[in-house]
Amino acid sequence: MPLKFRKWNYVLLSLVWIPGLTLSATPVGKQAGAALYQDECASCHTAYPAELLPTRSWQKILAGLDQHFGDNISLGNTSLTTLARYLQAHSAERAGTHRARRILQSIPQDQTPLRISTLPYIQRRHHELPARLVTGNPQVKSLSNCIACHRGAERGVFNEDTVRIPGYGRWDD
Amino acid sequence: MSIISRTLLVSLAMTLSTTALASSAVDTLLSEYRQAGAKHFSASQGKRLWNQAGRPPGASTDRSCASCHTSDVQQPGRHAVTGKPIKPLAPSVLSRRLTNIAKVRKWLRRNCRWTRGRECKAQEKGDLLTYLRDQ
Repeated sequence: MPLKFRKWNYVLLSLVWIPGLTLSATPVGKQAGAALYQDECASCHTAYPAELLPTRSWQKILAGLDQHFGDNISLGNTSLTTLARYLQAHSAERAGTHRARRILQSIPQDQTPLRISTLPYIQRRHHELPARLVTGNPQVKSLSNCIACHRGAERGVFNEDTVRIPGYGRWDD
Repeated sequence: MSIISRTLLVSLAMTLSTTALASSAVDTLLSEYRQAGAKHFSASQGKRLWNQAGRPPGASTDRSCASCHTSDVQQPGRHAVTGKPIKPLAPSVLSRRLTNIAKVRKWLRRNCRWTRGRECKAQEKGDLLTYLRDQ
């Protein structure tokens, strides 16, 4: 086949081929951070809404992914930058919700907590729960397993009337 | 055959090949592993690896792939530490499984580290994928 035709062959191929590749690639732009957070973090645990921690906590978490609660889950630099931008943009300081303000107020300025379940605000909100419904409940196991009882946790829905404790049911205090 | 119709035919074949489900992604990876020195891949060896428990440094309990995905990958699993539900890994249950090369690479790297405390060798990854693709 003469060379000049072969060149056109590639051009035509790319018209069909490249759009297919682009569609299957990682989404870019505003949604990229949320999608990456879902994929990299929420594959293993609840997609904790970013408003549950201040920016300094998210920064410390991302800086220590080689020792993430005992496991090395190091990510590439591109992913880290995207996640940092996303978490900062939605952190407790930036979320603007009542819950985020209460969380911030409950954390001493000189502390950088890494565990949402140990925040004074979160502890306060759960202090009436008997241990048998949380740590003693095989379907819950820990206060960090938000979605076990708060089915809307990943969408930031924590209202008491949406709580369903596995093996127990609704929670009314 | 004219250039245009030949081009369209080749394009069609390439497009179809990308939709050929898990097999093309796994085939690509297997040939990479062969180039890296791996030999014949065995589903039974992959199954053995899948269920083989060990204690990586720092872990408080033994871990295997089955700790989170169960030993029947057609069933949903649950993260051994966090309890988060995991959808079945078997391509026969969830057709998108093992179709995205980047994802397969990433999760093999991450989960071998989590389970074994090290990355898996080309031979191990090939055996695991050979086992998983037919589930």
